[in-house]
Amino acid sequence: MTMLSVLPLPIAMAAAAGLMGCFALMRRMALASDALAHVALPGIALALALRLNPVLGGLAALLCGTLLVWALEHRTHVPTEAVIGVVFSAALAIGSMLTSGEELIEALFGEPGSVGVLENLLGLAAAVLVMSFVWRAKSRLVIALISPDMARTAGVNVERLDLHFLLAFALTVALGLRFLGVLLMGSLIIIPAVTARQLARGLNGMLVIAAALAIAATLIGLYAGPALHVAAGPATIAVAAMFFFLSLLASRLHAHFRLS
Amino acid sequence: MGCVLSNVLEVERLSVRFGRRTILRDLSFTAAAGDALAIIGPNGSGKTVLFKALIGAIPYDGVIRWAEGTRIGYVPQKLDIERDLPLTGMDFLHAKTDVTGCARQEIGRALELVALPSMVVTQALGALSGGQFQRLLLAFALLGNPTVLLCDEPTAGVDEPGEESLYAMIRRVQQTAHLTVLLISHELNLVYRYATAVLCLGRYGGSCYGPPLEILTPERLQEMYGTAMGFHVHDHA
Repeated sequence: MTMLSVLPLPIAMAAAAGLMGCFALMRRMALASDALAHVALPGIALALALRLNPVLGGLAALLCGTLLVWALEHRTHVPTEAVIGVVFSAALAIGSMLTSGEELIEALFGEPGSVGVLENLLGLAAAVLVMSFVWRAKSRLVIALISPDMARTAGVNVERLDLHFLLAFALTVALGLRFLGVLLMGSLIIIPAVTARQLARGLNGMLVIAAALAIAATLIGLYAGPALHVAAGPATIAVAAMFFFLSLLASRLHAHFRLS
Repeated sequence: MGCVLSNVLEVERLSVRFGRRTILRDLSFTAAAGDALAIIGPNGSGKTVLFKALIGAIPYDGVIRWAEGTRIGYVPQKLDIERDLPLTGMDFLHAKTDVTGCARQEIGRALELVALPSMVVTQALGALSGGQFQRLLLAFALLGNPTVLLCDEPTAGVDEPGEESLYAMIRRVQQTAHLTVLLISHELNLVYRYATAVLCLGRYGGSCYGPPLEILTPERLQEMYGTAMGFHVHDHA
């Protein structure tokens, strides 16, 4: 399999992560999204024990986790942060106990290897689904994050939108499980979005920059990681973090020259 | 939304409970087309809760009937948004036209109504002053041709001269766009000047409803607020 034939899935995964990250960040889910990704671990562990595809196991656990968050948010008065803090840390602990050493490292940090044709196609379809959701729901998400009540009076079903957002988020995390693992996928969702917020003036600019930075970090990580004898997943996140620090520098310089 | 009614809004025996605590009890009132109904009352009397029930954001007992074809524009209480949110005022207004399907040209008309220069809305939301942001929220509420405007303390966080002009603006917008306005306010002088009817909510679930002259009396206000309000009718009303 040539490098070109395996690239579309990481590119699509990164673009979806960048786009979802913008709204996760604006909805103040930066830390929550990282913790939410951990819930995939028990699913991966169970799938490995049952000799099933680990990504599908992770996706199933993520869907259950996000449905739990949504139900607790809308049906009880328990603060979401508290739920995420307890449930998802517990999920990480249970998942770690169920997984053996090498498999655990792979689940936590990912291992980009050869991906089957079916997994490739399903992954691409899921990435397209996430991207089209962000594009179609962009305006509704913007209004709901400013004021859910204003969104309701504009005709938005806020509860359903929240559910769709969380499901799209779960799908995005699942897309990255193979490449980046449970611990790092949350970072690819959040870091390019934080960087884009430094650089963009408006929403469309932020979405485009976040997607482009996530793709760039993933491609550089995939090529540079093996060349430098480090795993591609951590290399990808290190590149994304470097972009963030460069963006801080750029915004400082911009402010300096505007004032002088 | 709604059914064929002689009034724009009819509320019968509305009650809202949060757990064991009753916030609103057996509230009944109506609003006719073109009315400016002011909702007053001390903090914690359930004014914002009433609005949330009216827009269907919280569960309630009783009946809320909106007339057929009612479209609501909602201006919430001062919003706590992040200063560095990468959204411009125009992003926000475009989102409303996208969701409601109204033409983007309407944005210009809405900005004109609230006297907000289009240069201002190209800035990030966090860069707008309190008064500009409230005008932006009002412009947002006016997009999509609403028939009813719900304003929840629209002048919270706005300095006093600004407050005066914001109320005057809401009144002008109401007359220009032929709207029914429901307005929560603590400013009794302004309520007296602009409202056609007043709904006063008391701290312990009591309420009274009627024309400003009947409701805005020192005795009624003391009964509802539990303390003397020092409110006097001004001649320039």
